[in-house]
Amino acid sequence: MPVETAAVGKTWTGEPFAVDADRIRSYASAVGEGNPVHHDADAAREQGFRDLVAPPMFAVVYKFPAMAIAAIDPELKMNLMALVHGGQEFEWREPVCAGDRITTHVECKEIYERDGKGFYVFETNSRNDSGELTARGLWTNIVRGV
Amino acid sequence: MASFEPGQNLPELRITPDAGLTKRYSEASGDQNPIHIDEGFAKQVGLPGVILHGLWSMAQVARAHVAAAGGDPRSLKRLAVQFRGMGFPEQEIVVTAKVKDASEGRVITETEAAQGENRIIRNAEAELSV
Repeated sequence: MPVETAAVGKTWTGEPFAVDADRIRSYASAVGEGNPVHHDADAAREQGFRDLVAPPMFAVVYKFPAMAIAAIDPELKMNLMALVHGGQEFEWREPVCAGDRITTHVECKEIYERDGKGFYVFETNSRNDSGELTARGLWTNIVRGV
Repeated sequence: MASFEPGQNLPELRITPDAGLTKRYSEASGDQNPIHIDEGFAKQVGLPGVILHGLWSMAQVARAHVAAAGGDPRSLKRLAVQFRGMGFPEQEIVVTAKVKDASEGRVITETEAAQGENRIIRNAEAELSV
């Protein structure tokens, strides 16, 4: 059965994600980021950050809710039970700090089939309340046996 | 400031995720997929046991690069990875990276993460500003 490509170009916008200091600390601890700029607001300010700063890969945390809204859109016809995360790219710009609110915009860039698998590529652009781009993401989801 | 030359290896990062890691990462990241936390569920869907989150493993690649650049999180500009083999708790992960190109404060590496022979992240490329 060929993959359904009608949803290419569709966009979704997540609710603003409020970044709090405890979430930054628990994420930093879970991934092993011991740098004090991720644990102590004063240490972060000394290094020129506005407040406690998130590690780069924290982009996953604030982008995830918007990606989840996209993934369950029935128009995609993406079989979540057979879904694997195939690839991921991030480009980082403005650092994300405690107190920021981040809004993530998702666009379905590509849907195609290869070797009997469905490939679904999404781009996410996330901005803080000043409109600055914090990170761009490119997510490749693979559905086995379409 | 460290200097970077094409062909040079960045310092390896080694980490062994403990048995409780996937649960802590699930809570911290918001990715609560049961294949990462529920042994019974993981086996039911044909996995050998709970598997690591790919994005946690990617975070180890990110960490290795930030460390190699001197520790400033702003130095990591881009990271692109492909997830291949599944990663498992309680097995050491080794992140390796080699400089592909270095000019005018911009360093590009080719990098991967492996558990023994099992290369869980491959064909990955990072860009640092140093």
